[in-house]
Amino acid sequence: MSQDLSNVSRLEARFAELKAAGRGGLVTFVTAGDPDGETSLALLRRLPAAGADIIELGMPFSDPMADGPAIQASSLRALKAGATLAKTLELVRRFREEDQSTPIILMGYYNPIYSMGVEAFLAEATAAGVDGLIIVDLPPEEDDELCRPAIEAGLHWIRLATPTTDDARLPVVLTHTSGFLYYVAIMGITGTKSADEDEIRRAVARLKAHTELPVAVGFGIKTPQQAAVVAEAADAAVVGSALVERIRVNLDDGGKAQEGLVEDVVGFVGSLAEGVRGGRAAA
Amino acid sequence: MGTPNTYRAGPDERGHFGRYGGRFVAETLMPLILEVEQAYEAAKQDSAFKQEIEWYARHYVGRPSPLYYAERLTEHLRLQSRNGGGAKIYFKRDELNHTGSHKINNCMGQILLAKRMGKKRIIAETGAGQHGVAVATVCARFDLPCVVYMGETDIERQQPNVFRMKLLGAEVRPVTSGTGTLKDAMNEALRDWVANVESTFYIIGTVAGPHPYPAMVRDFQSVIGRETRDQVMEAEGRLPDCLVACIGGGSNAMGLFHPFLDDRDVRIIGVEAAGKGIDTGEHAASLNGGRPGVLHGNRTYLLQTGDGQIIDAYSISAGLDYPGIGPEHSWLNDIGRVEYVSVTDQEALASFQLCSRLEGIIPALEPSHALAHVEKMAPDMARDDILVMNLCGRGDKDVFAVAERLGVEL
Repeated sequence: MSQDLSNVSRLEARFAELKAAGRGGLVTFVTAGDPDGETSLALLRRLPAAGADIIELGMPFSDPMADGPAIQASSLRALKAGATLAKTLELVRRFREEDQSTPIILMGYYNPIYSMGVEAFLAEATAAGVDGLIIVDLPPEEDDELCRPAIEAGLHWIRLATPTTDDARLPVVLTHTSGFLYYVAIMGITGTKSADEDEIRRAVARLKAHTELPVAVGFGIKTPQQAAVVAEAADAAVVGSALVERIRVNLDDGGKAQEGLVEDVVGFVGSLAEGVRGGRAAA
Repeated sequence: MGTPNTYRAGPDERGHFGRYGGRFVAETLMPLILEVEQAYEAAKQDSAFKQEIEWYARHYVGRPSPLYYAERLTEHLRLQSRNGGGAKIYFKRDELNHTGSHKINNCMGQILLAKRMGKKRIIAETGAGQHGVAVATVCARFDLPCVVYMGETDIERQQPNVFRMKLLGAEVRPVTSGTGTLKDAMNEALRDWVANVESTFYIIGTVAGPHPYPAMVRDFQSVIGRETRDQVMEAEGRLPDCLVACIGGGSNAMGLFHPFLDDRDVRIIGVEAAGKGIDTGEHAASLNGGRPGVLHGNRTYLLQTGDGQIIDAYSISAGLDYPGIGPEHSWLNDIGRVEYVSVTDQEALASFQLCSRLEGIIPALEPSHALAHVEKMAPDMARDDILVMNLCGRGDKDVFAVAERLGVEL
């Protein structure tokens, strides 16, 4: 039952493959340039083979208001090592030289993009091989800023739904959303609490009543077991804070990458992927 | 682009003042922002809400604050006039308010709104601690638990205010993320709000943040300008020629300016903190030394790097030490209705001392910036010109910092 995927985006193709394989996907979040540009590229290049189905790449920002301590710290590490939005896009471009199939979603805040200029950013991002954007501080009320131009440029616009997104608000959130819907399973900032399994199932069912888009669930996933549970309840599990924490513990006192950092993080992604891919196979 | 019929109609229904303002927040906060907006719109129409605010303003805050003719300062500056001029200078004395600054005007309005909305918990950010003290005060009065986020750096340099907040029953949570100053405290308060949306009301201290905050805080502070209009009419029989106020986020200035925006003959001047000088990079002058960007829920002028990363502001006055400014100021700047100038630490320090000696009023370091500009311009104005400066805070909180600067050991 092969499907003609020539007219669909990398992201749509990936979710179609996952569906065909009968499993949920693993979305891995790392911050671009954390802890430094070269290590970040090396890590990025090994994520797909380790089992990441989709890569979410954080664009460092000095004031990440919706993120918890782990991702804030990763953002600051990257900035300290000289990260910029231009370098983030360069990272994607270099990743794409070797990998044409793994979707990359950029996640971050609006100001660095606004500062670069929306038109210039979209031109660079599409040329580099970015597939979609999650911009935390651009709600539907501000769609004229970047959402509409991004869609016109051929990028997916992925929005976050939360437990506060009620049935009246959900259609607003779904307008212009494509690729997948990102459900934030807990109230609060990234990486602090974990959500309860039944709650996630109920929430995904509620979202599915409003949309045919795949639903990825994130916030609070720390172990392969949790990833497995979420990937079974939803179309994909997003792991972020736990990954950047893994980077942090592999730094020396001066904040520099220690030998074995990439191996260790890749190993952790491997274990998450195993969880996601086969509660069944592993059991 | 022609001149608008009125400068007082903003924001539009999406919270925009021209291209500034807006609602740049995470989806988690969006339903809450909309709820605050609805509740505020309803409250505005309710005469009982208005009466309640007025009652507390009169009996608890101590309004109206006097409009005081600063005779000795006026005479002092007339001596410096080269053409026999020198404007008549009035102080709008919001430093006489309960808690020592204009901050309480806004806190009283917001806590009454929070009560109306049935909220059970209050959070706030603070830099110098003036807003934190005002929030802690109204929380004590209305029996609501209060958490104030304050940067670790600020906690160290504002110990008296930290203790005041604790005396008033508030919990002061140190913020170590980022650089541990006001912007980080605001980030942390927003994070708290995201996690506690059901129970919590966020009392933002200035005319910034997502819509409806810039408009709502301005409305609560506009009592300053409304009183000034009445008082100057009574004292002089006419409107003033010039208004001057200091600007960090810009709430005391917006409160004084807004009722006068459509009086085209009234010249209006906002004074930013130039810190060690704009060209040193160590300042807090978002309009004079920044460019438009998006932070903390609104588009406005920001101090930022070429890559759009936010830079820490610097000023001797912790209350002006914010890398942004209210979006309405950004708009008023661009259309030219209000002039924005800047004053350095040194100039403000000199004015702090001058005002203390000449008028027997120890001003806060924030309005000392406004005063420094008044000193520059008043001698060149005519003798029958009237200038009103917002003396928005008293200097008790600053005596230790000033003593240290002057090399005096207490």
